[in-house]
Amino acid sequence: MSVDPLRRRRRGALCLGAAGVAALGLLVVSGLRGTLVYYRTPSEVLDDRPSSTDRMRLGGTVVPGSLQILDGTGTRLRFRITDGRRDVMVEQRGAAPPGTFAAGRDAVVEGVLDADGVFESDTVMVKHSNEYRPAGSSR
Amino acid sequence: MIGAAGRSALALGVPASVVGTLLWLRVALTGGSARSARLAKLARVARVASWVTFGAACGAAGLLEACLLRHDFGVRYVAENGGRGVPVYYTVTSMWAAQDGSLLLWLLILTVYGLLLARSAAARTSGGAAPAHPWAMVVVGVVTVFFFALSTFAANPFESVHPMPTGGPGPNPLLRSHAAMGVHPPLLYAGYVGMVVPFAYGVAALITGESGRGWLHTTRRWMLLSWSLLTAGIALGAWWSYAVLGWGGYWSWDPVENASLLPWLTATALLHVAMVRRGHGLPGWAVALATATFVLVLAGTFLTRSGAVASVHAFARSPVGPTLLGFVLLIATGVAALAAWRGQLLSPATLRSGVTARDTLLLAGVVSLVTLAAVVLTGTLFPLLSQALTGQRSSVDTAYFDRTAVPIALATMVLAGSAMATSRRDDAVSTVAGRLVTPTAVALAAVAAVGISVRSGPMTLAAFGVAAFVLAGVCRCRLAARTSPVDSHGRVTRPSRRALPRPVSSRWVRPLHRSAPPTPPPAPRPARYAGLLAHAGVAVVAVGVAASSSYTSADERQILAGQVITVHGVTARLSGVDRHGDAHGMAVTARLRLRRGEHDLGTIRPRLRYFPDRDMTVSLPAIRTRLTSDVYATVTGVAEDGANATVRLAVNPLVGLVWLGGGLITLGGLLALGRRAATRRAAATEDRHEADTGSAVPDRSTLSGV
Repeated sequence: MSVDPLRRRRRGALCLGAAGVAALGLLVVSGLRGTLVYYRTPSEVLDDRPSSTDRMRLGGTVVPGSLQILDGTGTRLRFRITDGRRDVMVEQRGAAPPGTFAAGRDAVVEGVLDADGVFESDTVMVKHSNEYRPAGSSR
Repeated sequence: MIGAAGRSALALGVPASVVGTLLWLRVALTGGSARSARLAKLARVARVASWVTFGAACGAAGLLEACLLRHDFGVRYVAENGGRGVPVYYTVTSMWAAQDGSLLLWLLILTVYGLLLARSAAARTSGGAAPAHPWAMVVVGVVTVFFFALSTFAANPFESVHPMPTGGPGPNPLLRSHAAMGVHPPLLYAGYVGMVVPFAYGVAALITGESGRGWLHTTRRWMLLSWSLLTAGIALGAWWSYAVLGWGGYWSWDPVENASLLPWLTATALLHVAMVRRGHGLPGWAVALATATFVLVLAGTFLTRSGAVASVHAFARSPVGPTLLGFVLLIATGVAALAAWRGQLLSPATLRSGVTARDTLLLAGVVSLVTLAAVVLTGTLFPLLSQALTGQRSSVDTAYFDRTAVPIALATMVLAGSAMATSRRDDAVSTVAGRLVTPTAVALAAVAAVGISVRSGPMTLAAFGVAAFVLAGVCRCRLAARTSPVDSHGRVTRPSRRALPRPVSSRWVRPLHRSAPPTPPPAPRPARYAGLLAHAGVAVVAVGVAASSSYTSADERQILAGQVITVHGVTARLSGVDRHGDAHGMAVTARLRLRRGEHDLGTIRPRLRYFPDRDMTVSLPAIRTRLTSDVYATVTGVAEDGANATVRLAVNPLVGLVWLGGGLITLGGLLALGRRAATRRAAATEDRHEADTGSAVPDRSTLSGV
């Protein structure tokens, strides 16, 4: 008894489709690995140090009076970010967009927390209305 | 006063669109059973309803503009987005600077399409109405009702404010810093919303049970128009991002940027599915792609307005988001149910043989585009999914897109380049391969040349190679068209010299396939190049993106007046800092004198502008554009006494090619659009010849020469 050629072809197409979807899934999963960046608040970062070793985004309010310029070129900054409960020292490399760190303003920075509990940031997220976008992305 | 009139206009739109939809439903249901005179009368009334709906949207939009221009701060939208110090141009454009006004623009464009579609039938009904048309009008009507209701009940810009403020903050400073504000959003919306037409016809085909893809033919021009507008909108958006946001880039895989790219990808796939000729041309694919495109448009509108994702484009959270999400899900479920009901129509009833190389490559390209869309969609929605599952806010880094989307995009371009070497008739594999020899050689030469002269990553080299492959393919088609006979479709038929051992080409093969070889007149010249132009545009964009993302050099430092900053041979000397202010803000300008070696390149003036109404400082870049590279300067800080400034200087090579390529793609789409009228007669002649070969699509290729 022979199989209807149309059905056989459909089965072939189905197998091909399934293989394609599987390959796509693999590509997406491997692509996503290491590219997820979490948003954290200072409290979360300080309360849960071990899980805070990855790259992350830290959001909060700039502590008034905490902003220091570390070198003459104005491209290294230090300030504290708070969520009202705890605060984290941030060292920023690279100039920040204008007005980002006015005291008491919300800010989001991206980087890693070092062993001393200082957050080393290399990207400042510019705030537009209530949302953010990375400044100085590579593309 | 005007506010009340605006509220009435919006309020009128809801019943008008409901009545219009019901009337079209009546027309659709009476269909063939009623006498044509009665049907024509019904359709006429329905068309009047479309006019009224359009009038209501037009009135509301016009009145909102009037409120903005008259600084009527008693109206909520004006109180939130108007301002006395805003120039007239940006007052006009502030209609789409915030959520409620931009929804009104959406609505206005939707009713324009609705009206055009209703009237397009007016011309056609005399020659026998297509049964799909009233159903398509019903679908458009349902969407219109939804958006009118949304504007009236959830996002009414005309709500009155008590007590009335004396002034407003003006639109977001970023949205009043570049003239593109007047063009980019309307173009993008026009492209976005236009996708409703193929969607409506696709659904109509499912409802009427019309098998085949006649509806693709009907909506071809609508598709091409929306697609061209969307392309132009995206390209302008990239340019705007580059010229305003001051971070030196034009595409950051931002969720809302992706939201505009996704329907573009599926619409591109739809345009190519329309060109597949065998196997009754995959009606299931066409319906699925048309639906996916419009659902992605709605999802993009939702992403922008829900506050669900972090993005520069995102408006504040509001009840509009959940309502839109509900509508997106409803549409998707509805179409899925329809497709399940009519499933048998979507699969070809008979097995067809003789699949051409061209069809295979077209299909592979379509699959590739859909895969690309799936990958981008995953990256865009993953943060939402992850937040729902883990409760943590996260975002996907651009590295994800570089790793996944870029290789797939390059693969798609290889398929496009290969497809250009095939012809509509069956070609032997060796013929096609022969035509690909030159482009492949050119691609390898390009990779070698770039690889030797500049240090580049593998993906960059691949991008240059692929772009060279496509461009060489385009040139091959173009040259062949000039020097060899052209077949009935304006298609090049001469085999390349390398393929001479097997002189098999469509021109000689065709008589074997057909009893009566047709000899209609050749297609008009401009149309022939539409597809070539679009593909060349994509390759040009690829070169621009590869060069500007890999070879950009930048430096940032604080310099005193008279000091210099040097990047890639370009030296900028800070000649001075100027401050000027008026009642509506303050600006600081850094004067930078540019030199390259001994050549004086003139002075550029990046600025910092402070907007007190919004308490926001915007850094406006200064760009010196040349064909080979842009010098891009921003100032990020200035000392109080003006003695020094923090300056970022970048040299971005070939970035202009991105806009040029975008323009070429748009032009290609518009050329293809102009084609149908000119070739309709020729196509009609051919259709009769096609009938016996079983081709269901009378549509001539969009990408002719492909």
